[in-house]
Amino acid sequence: MLEIKNLHATVDGAEILKGIDLTIQAGEVHAIMGPNGSGKSTLSYLLSGREGYEATEGSVAFKGHDLLTLEPEERAAEGLFLAFQYPVEIPGVPNTTFLKEAVNAVRKHRGEPELDAMEFVKQLRAKTKELGINQDFLKRAVNAGFSGGEKKRNEMLQMAMLEPSLCLLDETDSGLDIDALKAVAEGVNAMRGPDRAMLVITHYQRLLTYIVPDKVHVLSKGRIIRSGGPELAQELEEKGYAESVEAA
Amino acid sequence: MAQEILSTDPYLARFNAAKAALPGAAQSWLSELREQAAARFRDLGFPTQRRESWKYTPLKALKDISFKPAGETGQTASLDRVPSLLNETGLSEAGSPLRATLVGGSFRADLSALDGLPAGATVEPLSALLEREPAALEPWLGRIATDGDQPLLALNTALFDDGLVIRLGKDVVLDSPLELTFLGPLSEEPTQLHPRLLILLDQGAQATLLEHHFGYGETPVFHNGVSEIALGENARLTHLKLQSSPSGTFHFATTHVRQERDSRYESFALNHGAALSRLETRVRLVGTGADCHLNGAYLLRDRQHGDITTVIDHQVPHCRSKEVIKGALDDRARGVFQGLIRVAPDAQKTDGRMLNKTLLLSEKAEIDTKPELEIFADDVQCAHGATTGEIDHDAIFYLRSRGLPEARARSLMVESFLTETVEELSDESLRPLVLERIRDWLGTRQAPVAQREGEPSA
Repeated sequence: MLEIKNLHATVDGAEILKGIDLTIQAGEVHAIMGPNGSGKSTLSYLLSGREGYEATEGSVAFKGHDLLTLEPEERAAEGLFLAFQYPVEIPGVPNTTFLKEAVNAVRKHRGEPELDAMEFVKQLRAKTKELGINQDFLKRAVNAGFSGGEKKRNEMLQMAMLEPSLCLLDETDSGLDIDALKAVAEGVNAMRGPDRAMLVITHYQRLLTYIVPDKVHVLSKGRIIRSGGPELAQELEEKGYAESVEAA
Repeated sequence: MAQEILSTDPYLARFNAAKAALPGAAQSWLSELREQAAARFRDLGFPTQRRESWKYTPLKALKDISFKPAGETGQTASLDRVPSLLNETGLSEAGSPLRATLVGGSFRADLSALDGLPAGATVEPLSALLEREPAALEPWLGRIATDGDQPLLALNTALFDDGLVIRLGKDVVLDSPLELTFLGPLSEEPTQLHPRLLILLDQGAQATLLEHHFGYGETPVFHNGVSEIALGENARLTHLKLQSSPSGTFHFATTHVRQERDSRYESFALNHGAALSRLETRVRLVGTGADCHLNGAYLLRDRQHGDITTVIDHQVPHCRSKEVIKGALDDRARGVFQGLIRVAPDAQKTDGRMLNKTLLLSEKAEIDTKPELEIFADDVQCAHGATTGEIDHDAIFYLRSRGLPEARARSLMVESFLTETVEELSDESLRPLVLERIRDWLGTRQAPVAQREGEPSA
């Protein structure tokens, strides 16, 4: 699904990623953990195509194709989804309008017929129900005035509607209380499946109690310094990052 | 440094040559009004940027063009039908369509539809009424727009030769909107037009006007319109204006509104046409409880220049005014907003609010915005604000990361930005007329700005 080889990247000229190797197969959930400043967000923005993030060396293949030459919207259409750490507020654009535009833009790119209003609303109702989201949510402007938890739920709703094959979750747990965290984790877990891969980026172990990964990687100073099973997350929680960082 | 001065001579010569033949020339009150106006125009001259209220809108583009009066140009085209806003939205389904059409400044009965007017409502060409019933006009014409500091108003008063008079008697209500179509001249010669509108709503009368300015071709046109509007007690007027003139037009519109007790005036101006435009509105709230809403949007690109200037004069207590004007400027377009709320010493309990917001879509676009309050009363609520910004890059990335193409992400952001002002239109059935034009404008946008910045400048 995703194959990252020797990836180096700069932000505003400063090298942040210094040779990342990471392979994720369909059906797998990987977690990347690491202290602040280790390059976690840089990796997620680079993968989703944000301006100002530049790969200087190495390669990223997504479903066998070069990901880095694609525009952000092409990456979305190919099935990449980034759940933002800080979802952007867009006053004036109703959530439903936004979701419909997004779903149909992606369908159009894939050569699928656009959903008509009826079919779209039907799917939207079903997904909001699954995620326990209030219908009022849909009439409001995208994320405008939403609480932290509402914003993250909105990310989950978008993810559910767009049905991506690779989900990047960037610090999805930040700013959430335990109930919101559980709700978001349920949304993520409901989407796990043999055709879908996930990369969960987080500073804390607690999210990984609810979204149990197949593999855990430790990112430090722009490199993956350790990889292991879910037990590695627990170890990091107990011992902190310092030991791993020193051992590397 | 010497300012370029546009000469008044050709216009004064025109006045002297034509005055004996202008409509209403036999009426001494009107002749006197015109003579005074011509003298005032001569004294004031065309506005220059030295005049504070014209600081941001230069007229030098008109300088070397010799505009002929509409009646003296060769008509190179004829037409038997004109597109209608009413058909566009199904607004006519509510009742029989009402429409008055002026082509090149002259009333065209064959392109108008006024049979459906209710008893007590009349819509007539000004030229005809001046011949038939001049006494009815004497108390109004030039008596609402009395300001002595407006050269273009004076020029119009001296030279107007046609226009419309819309009169609604006491408690007369128009059930369906009245469309006022102003089609530009059908000539290949530079043309000047000075149309005059007189809109009189008696006590309790109600109407909706859809004023639409458009045209064909790129011939230079100097459009210098004046509207005088008087609203009696409890009268209500909704006034939508779409300024969609072609690219050769210089569009100037001076509007004066006088509002009696508990009357309501709601206007929405979409200013997106013409090479150079200025919509100048002055409202006098002279009766307590009067309510005035001046809203609008400007959408300008290339080298278009659009100016919205308003003065709302709270002369008596307990009146409300609200103004929400937003715009998007692309390429090297230049926008101007000047808004003044003036509150007289007696006008206690005034509620006046004004907001201007601009989105700059290009680094070379420019907005000059000047909201002002002049308050001489002590118990009032007044506020004004102005902001200018560019499209939020984070929002664009967010939308693109969800699959929206960049161009669509940008247009969605602009549309949502402008939606706030369109929603000020209290009659929801009118909103699509504006929204469709906003979408048209966005749809015709060329490549996104980011891709054009590298281009050599013209």
